[in-house]
Amino acid sequence: MVVDIQTDTLVKVERLKKLFPVSRGMFRAVKNYLHAVDDVSFEIKKGEILGLAGESGCGKTTTGKLLVRLEEPTEGHIFLNGVDIATLEGRDLKKFRRNVQMIFQDPYESLNPRMTIYDTVAEPLAVQRIGNIVERQERVAEMLSVVGLTPPESFLFRFPHELSGGQRQRVAIARAIALNPAFIVADEPTSMLDVSIRTGVMKLMMELREKFEISYLYITHDLSVARYMCDRIAIMYLGKIVEMGETEEVIQNPLHPYARALLSAVPIPDPNYKREAIEIKGGVGKPIDPNPQCRFLDRCPVAVPHCEEAPHPPLEDKGGGHYAACYEVK
Amino acid sequence: MEAAQVRYQPLWRVRLGLMRKSLATNWELFRDSKIGPIGLAIILFFGIFGALHPLLMSTVWDAAIYDPVTGYDFPTDAQLKQGLTHPLPPSTKHLLGTDPWGRDILSQLMYSTRAEFFLGVFAAFVTVFIGTLIGAISAYYGGFTDTFFMRLADVVMLFPLLAFLIVLSAMINLNLYTLAIVIGVIGGFGGITVVLKSQALTIKVKPYIEAAKVSGGSHLHIITTHIIPNVLPLSFLYMMFNVTGAIFTEAVLSFFGLMNIQMSWGLMVEMANISGYLVGDAVTKYWWLFWPASLSISLLCTAFYLVGRGIDEIVNPRLRKR
Repeated sequence: MVVDIQTDTLVKVERLKKLFPVSRGMFRAVKNYLHAVDDVSFEIKKGEILGLAGESGCGKTTTGKLLVRLEEPTEGHIFLNGVDIATLEGRDLKKFRRNVQMIFQDPYESLNPRMTIYDTVAEPLAVQRIGNIVERQERVAEMLSVVGLTPPESFLFRFPHELSGGQRQRVAIARAIALNPAFIVADEPTSMLDVSIRTGVMKLMMELREKFEISYLYITHDLSVARYMCDRIAIMYLGKIVEMGETEEVIQNPLHPYARALLSAVPIPDPNYKREAIEIKGGVGKPIDPNPQCRFLDRCPVAVPHCEEAPHPPLEDKGGGHYAACYEVK
Repeated sequence: MEAAQVRYQPLWRVRLGLMRKSLATNWELFRDSKIGPIGLAIILFFGIFGALHPLLMSTVWDAAIYDPVTGYDFPTDAQLKQGLTHPLPPSTKHLLGTDPWGRDILSQLMYSTRAEFFLGVFAAFVTVFIGTLIGAISAYYGGFTDTFFMRLADVVMLFPLLAFLIVLSAMINLNLYTLAIVIGVIGGFGGITVVLKSQALTIKVKPYIEAAKVSGGSHLHIITTHIIPNVLPLSFLYMMFNVTGAIFTEAVLSFFGLMNIQMSWGLMVEMANISGYLVGDAVTKYWWLFWPASLSISLLCTAFYLVGRGIDEIVNPRLRKR
C-alpha cells in the first residue's frame, strides 16, 4: 500500500530519559537507577506509523507511556506540534490529552468490567466535557460503527464480558479515537488477540490512519506485524535505540549486530530455508546503572578494542535515513 | 428500525434496565447459596416483627399496660391466689410473660427490634463508607497517605473497642446515635480499610485506570468512577458482617447498663440479671426473662452473617459452585 506521508513532523522526541530508582529498603537512600529509556530521540511525521520493536524489558512500553505522559520523563523533551509536552501541568496537560491517546495490550484488562461500552467510549468525552449527553451518545455510536461494531445500538449497553477479544480491542480503539487525537500510542494492540482476528484489527488501525490522519507509535515485539503496519521502524535494546529506518530497509538490510540477530530469529515458513546463524553471547542484562560503553558490548560478535573505551555509540545516519548506533557499521 | 429506537431511549431508563438485569443474576446466585436466603428470611421476620409494634400499640394494645418502658399490668386475682406475682409467666394476655417490673416482654422485644436494626445498619454503613473511601484513597495515592492510614488501622485493630466504649460511656452520653457513630468510625479506620485497600490495589494497576488517565481523568474521577465501584461489592459484603458486630457491641454495653437508652435487647437481659433471675435454676424457671431477648440477639446477628455469606458467593467467584 502506498501511503502519502506528509513531510511535517508531528512528534519530536529529544534525548528522552527515564530512570527508575531501585529501592533497597525503606530508609536507605536510593543509589541505583534502572535506565528504562536512556537518551532516545526520534521523530514521527503526520500520518506516519513508527514501529518500536525490541525484546521484553528494553523500554518500549516505557517510551510509549512517556509519550502520553503516563510517566514523567526524567530528562529530555517531547514536542507535539512544536509544543514541549514533557513539562505540561494542570489545565494544559488535560488539554494536551485530547490530542494523544493510547491503546493497551490486553483488551480484557483495559476496559472497566463494571462499565457499559457506552460509558467506556464516552468516558474521554465526559472527562473533557465535550458535548451534551445526546451528542456524546451519537458520537459514541458513530465511533463504534467506524471501528466496525455494527449496528452500534446493539453494542452500546453491553458489558465488556459479553464481547470477544477482538470486539473488545475494537471498543478500546473506538475509545481512543473518540477525542479525535492526532497521535496514538499503540502498545502491542494485537499481541493478546487470536491470530485469526489480528489482521482485522491491524487493517482497522491502518484505515483510521487514512481517515483521520492519525500517527501511531506502534510498539511490538513481532517483526512481521511491524513489517505489515509500519512505515519506519526503530529497534530498541536496553533503553537505547540501536537502529532506525524505513521498515523494508531495516528488515532487508539490518546494520546493527543486534538487529541482525533479532531479524535472523524471525521464523520463515520454508522448510528448506537455512537461516544465517548469528551468534550472540549470553542473555539480556539488566539496565541498572549500566556501563558508559556500548550497551551491547558484552554480547557483540563484532566488537573491537575501540568499543571498550568509547562511550555508547551515537545513533548515526549510515545513509538514506537508515540510522544505526554502532562504531563498526560504516 | 427497532435498533435505532434503543439508542434514543433516555439513559437512565437503560441504566435502570441494566441494573435490574444484574440484580436478577445476582439474586439467582444469592438464592443458590442456600444460607443467604435463610438469613434474609430471618431479617425479614424481624423487620415485620419490629414494624408491627407501633401498629399493635395504636390498635390492640393499651399503652398503660403494654408500653415497653412505662407500662404496668396488675396480676389477675386468679394469679394472686396462686401466689404468682411479677415476673408473670406467659399467658394469653402476655404471650411472653412480664418482666419483674410488670412490663410486657413481647412488647419490649418488638419495640427494641427497630433500634437494633437502626444501630446495626447505620454503624455498618458508617464503617463501610469510611473504610471504602480510606481504602481507595490509600491504595491510589500510596506513599505517606497509605502508610499513615495503614498504621492507623493497625493501632485501631489492636485497640480494645469494648473497653474503650466502657470508658467512653462514662464521659459522653452514649445513646443509640452516638454509639452507632462511634462504632462506625472506629470500625471504619480499622481492619476493613486494610481489606478494601488490598482490593483497591488490584484495581489500581489495571490498564483501564491508565486509559482514564490518558483521557485526562482527574484523581477524583478515577477514584469515584473506577476504583470505588469495583471495590463496592466487597464493601457491601463487609457491611453485612459489620452489622453483626455493632448489634453485639450494643447488647454488651446495654447489659452493663452503660447505655443511655430506654429499651433494648441487651437491657432486657440486664433487667433479668440485676433482678437476680440469671442465677441458678432461675434461668430455666423464669426463661421468658432471658431467652427471648438473647435468642433475638443471636438470631439477628446470625441472619446478617448468613446474608453476608450469601453475598460472598456473588462477590467472590471462587466460592461459586458453577
